[in-house]
Amino acid sequence: MKIAVCVKEVPDATAHKRIDPGTKRLDRSGEGALNAFDANAVEEALRLKAATGEGEVVVISMGPERALNSLRKALAMGADRAVLVADDAAAGSDLVATSAVLAKALEREQPDLVLFGQQSSDSDGAVLWAAVAERLRRPVISQVAELTLDGVSLTGKRQTEFGYDIIRAPLPAVIAVADSINEPRYPSLKGIMGAKSKPQETLSLADLGVQPGQAGEQGSRTEVLALSDPPPRGDTRKIEDDGSAAEQIVAFLAEKRLI
Amino acid sequence: MSTLVFLEHHGGELQKGSLAVLSKAAGLGAGDVAGLVVGSGVEGLAAQAGAYGAATVYVTEDARLEAPLPQPRVDAIAQLVAEKGIETVLFAQSILATDIASGLAARLEAGLNWQLTDLVAGDGGLVGKQSALGDSVVVDVGWTSTPRIGLFRAGAFDPSEQAAAGTVERFDVQLQEHSLAAEMVEQAHAEESGPSIEDANVIVAGGRGLGEPEKFALVEELAKVLGGAVAATRAVVDAGWYPYSAQVGQTGKSVSPTLYVACGISGAIQHKVGMQSSKTIVAINKDPNAPIFEFADFGVVGDLHQILPKLTEALRARKS
Amino acid sequence: MKIRPADYPPPFAPSDAIAAPTDPADERIEVGVLIVGGGPAGLACAIRLGQLLEESPETAERLGDVPVAVVEKGKSPGSHLLSGAVLNPRALRRLFKGRLTMDDVPGYGQVHGEAVYVLTKGAALRIPPPPTMRNHGNWVVSVSQLARFLAEQAESGGAAVLPETDAQKLLVSDGRVQGIRTGDKGRGREGQELGTFEPGSDIVARLTVLAEGTQGHLTGAAIARFGLEGVQPQIWALGVKEVWKVPKPLEHIVHTMGWPLRKSSKYGEFGGSFIYPMGRDMVSLGFVAGLEYRDVEFSVHDVLQEFKTHRLVRKILRDGERIAWGAKTITEGGFHALPKRFNAPGLLLAGECAGLVNVPTLKGIHYAIESGIMAAEAAFRSLQRGESPGRVGALDSYDEELRGSYVLQDLREVRNMRQVFDKGFFMGGALATAMTVTKGNLPPKDFHSEANADRTLIRTDRSSRYPAPDGKLTFDKLSSVFLSGNRTRDDQPNHIRIQRQVPHDLADLWVRMCPAQVYEAGAADSAGTVTVEVNPSNCVQCGAITAKGGRLTPPEGGSGPEYTLT
Repeated sequence: MKIAVCVKEVPDATAHKRIDPGTKRLDRSGEGALNAFDANAVEEALRLKAATGEGEVVVISMGPERALNSLRKALAMGADRAVLVADDAAAGSDLVATSAVLAKALEREQPDLVLFGQQSSDSDGAVLWAAVAERLRRPVISQVAELTLDGVSLTGKRQTEFGYDIIRAPLPAVIAVADSINEPRYPSLKGIMGAKSKPQETLSLADLGVQPGQAGEQGSRTEVLALSDPPPRGDTRKIEDDGSAAEQIVAFLAEKRLI
Repeated sequence: MSTLVFLEHHGGELQKGSLAVLSKAAGLGAGDVAGLVVGSGVEGLAAQAGAYGAATVYVTEDARLEAPLPQPRVDAIAQLVAEKGIETVLFAQSILATDIASGLAARLEAGLNWQLTDLVAGDGGLVGKQSALGDSVVVDVGWTSTPRIGLFRAGAFDPSEQAAAGTVERFDVQLQEHSLAAEMVEQAHAEESGPSIEDANVIVAGGRGLGEPEKFALVEELAKVLGGAVAATRAVVDAGWYPYSAQVGQTGKSVSPTLYVACGISGAIQHKVGMQSSKTIVAINKDPNAPIFEFADFGVVGDLHQILPKLTEALRARKS
Repeated sequence: MKIRPADYPPPFAPSDAIAAPTDPADERIEVGVLIVGGGPAGLACAIRLGQLLEESPETAERLGDVPVAVVEKGKSPGSHLLSGAVLNPRALRRLFKGRLTMDDVPGYGQVHGEAVYVLTKGAALRIPPPPTMRNHGNWVVSVSQLARFLAEQAESGGAAVLPETDAQKLLVSDGRVQGIRTGDKGRGREGQELGTFEPGSDIVARLTVLAEGTQGHLTGAAIARFGLEGVQPQIWALGVKEVWKVPKPLEHIVHTMGWPLRKSSKYGEFGGSFIYPMGRDMVSLGFVAGLEYRDVEFSVHDVLQEFKTHRLVRKILRDGERIAWGAKTITEGGFHALPKRFNAPGLLLAGECAGLVNVPTLKGIHYAIESGIMAAEAAFRSLQRGESPGRVGALDSYDEELRGSYVLQDLREVRNMRQVFDKGFFMGGALATAMTVTKGNLPPKDFHSEANADRTLIRTDRSSRYPAPDGKLTFDKLSSVFLSGNRTRDDQPNHIRIQRQVPHDLADLWVRMCPAQVYEAGAADSAGTVTVEVNPSNCVQCGAITAKGGRLTPPEGGSGPEYTLT
């Protein structure tokens, strides 16, 4: 069974995530790290492989060359192989462009199962898997908190705003796992030291048969026009309790139509 | 410029968020606005949409559409877009809507902007206001082609009544093979134990100011009457007063509910970054210099041991 | 009130950090040379070894699949490094001779002039830079950035750099150092194994180099185990620094002494500040104070905040924005506190953990690099001859090299300067000048200093002078910890060893001392004893607690601050 996990390197989430006012894109010049939510997906893939006793876990990413460092973390956890699509023409790709490139990379691999993490910490976006599934013409289930495989199909228990759904889909399928699905393992020292010698491929857009115009800013259908400061929170009110604080809070909540 | 708004429904009711997006779109006054209802036995819902600005309400019904799965809905919308020349498709963000919008973007090779808090008509096009980086920056985003797809943040605004014709138009959707592959085995039903922190619209959180672990009961009572979830700061979780799963903050969960009530919480930045994008923040703390008062919408300097029980009582009385 | 922190020792003995290998032989990780610490000393050692092994493939062969490994407890090399810093480039030039120049090293340019001030509350008196503070020809760098660069160089030279790996125990058996044991990961607050539990590993090596920096966890244990204690006890200073983005460039480096420290020797407040330009748009500033201070209300973090309110500093920081913060101890004992020997069977000590810091000149990074180079060369010699580095005396050539080098010569010259200071570090007093002019031979008497924890405590109302944090110029500790990038997992075991029931003065000392607000004192009982609460996830691992009655041990690898600009 071949499981492909789509991962992303994101700016290391310490104090200073900022948008570069010049490029209007996220400043990625600092340290990068494997998107924390993708670690859940890698962990789930490793567990599934262990449960079936055989198979391959390949991690796939689109990003600059140095994203290989983050891919190595997945290899250190136990993934078998890494594929990075690194091409300058792909920089600035939006959902339409990114999903097109990833889909091509996945078609090349023909996995039985494609896993994504819940969201990426750099864009607060939670959208990639459905677009990729559409391009691959495969069923998709998102927010999966529990995943069971039975050879030719899978069952996912997913969290929604209303409670839990249980959905079944045949393989091959695309699944996005919720962060509650598991606790990603720490890579062992042996894993870390062995990661470098595992197969790591770097592909260009041409290797995938993607035209430059299909990726990057050219291939994107959205654009960033301007940045501004958020509106101030509005009137902040502060009172001292003179015995009537509870009533005043109720009045405030009613005024805001919260109760 | 014609706009289609996906109207999500659950338990026999159109979702408030979808109606809000519908009325926002109608209020733009930039062309015809239509709504879309997909499901089984839902025509009755369509009638409601006229009151919120839908000139037309498209309805497609099929037993195979009963389960709220995203991919058949991609088929429905794509078909309408092609047949009716729709230029803009809007959604209120939800787990279902996000998957539909994303699949649709790939199907139509159309731009998708998410986390929108507003939409304005610009010269010849539309400009979305997107809130990014934990609400620390507002980004103006645009689309370089049509159709455009937009996902509005939950609770960005409220529905407003905008009377319109609301003419119902039924259609049949051709479903793709891969859209029918996933099957709902058991659909979600309301949980008894109250919402989880991540999904809750209302969160009541307790911090050191509670004084002792037993006082969490005050927080729980308030949460119950507000129908919300209970959260805790790192300090009290560290001290063993409440479980780690309830921790909100830099090293706990990030939440953005409609209402966050902070009880006895100082508002140090380690906590703030986990809840700063809550729509409305109410804080109760006896220290007038607590940092939380700098960003709470309604701050009360006072003794929470007095205020919380009174507040809970007052709210309970209102309900009955 | 004759309370001394040393009267309340922590529940920790150096032997707790020593063990024999326990993993079965086939599960041990074997490397050739193991270097503990990814700082300038450790990485210079790795780089030099890479150079030597490249020219000597037969020796490289003998070291196995991983000839050189560097373990680093921070998220990446540099994450736990903090300094001013003004770097003397001579050691880097030696390291990269024929390959790279200083222009290839990340930095902020050469020093263009310097100013030294004695401050009072309202004024700044400029004095000529004392002989110890001449920085012409030196470079302004961020030691955190430097480490990242050195790590890349080490890796391209063939070393395996392993971050997020803490060294919990020194493996010793048959009278020699065998390697280290790394810490467990995935334990809960009570020490229980969580779902992600991953046990530590024994890493065994032909030779181990300890380059742990200040308060080296294994170094302390090794010194005790092999009887390497120096003549005088080691002492430390605590430095707290910030990096600011500023619109107006600072044209020269600045050192100050005096205010806000108190002059009377009864307070034991010795220290001063540094303000260095980092390029045209950033400034690094910090306050350093010796941990021999006695006032329980003294807080270096708050003194730094107070210092920033001085006219001189306000001007430099005007319209600026704080973008980084950090804290770390600095080894202060100098020549008299150096270990008796820098090697033991299978072991070498390099860099700051070996005491190689020149406090009067505020220099240590180039000594770290120089000693790392020498350690590499000594290691290579002992491995090349086909000998065992574990044989007694096999590594004595390292000691000889080090003692004959400028490193120890410099330290010897300034050996008494620190101990006689009663006016602050960077001074121009006659005594210091006399010492410098005579290269340390006058005055001839060698002064004694006591361990930081032996100092009796006093209490004043020092804290009433600390400015209330305004969020623009002055800041509280918690928001500073946030800025350090600290995201330590909360439900880890507590890595700090202290006695929990102590007199309230000692508790207050710890509460104020800690720049990261790790300690909290409960209410005092009738006997004046309080229970100390510990918030270990705030800890930025500065090491101050170890100097003042407690013991810092390494938490789970990857924990702690993530410095990038410090």
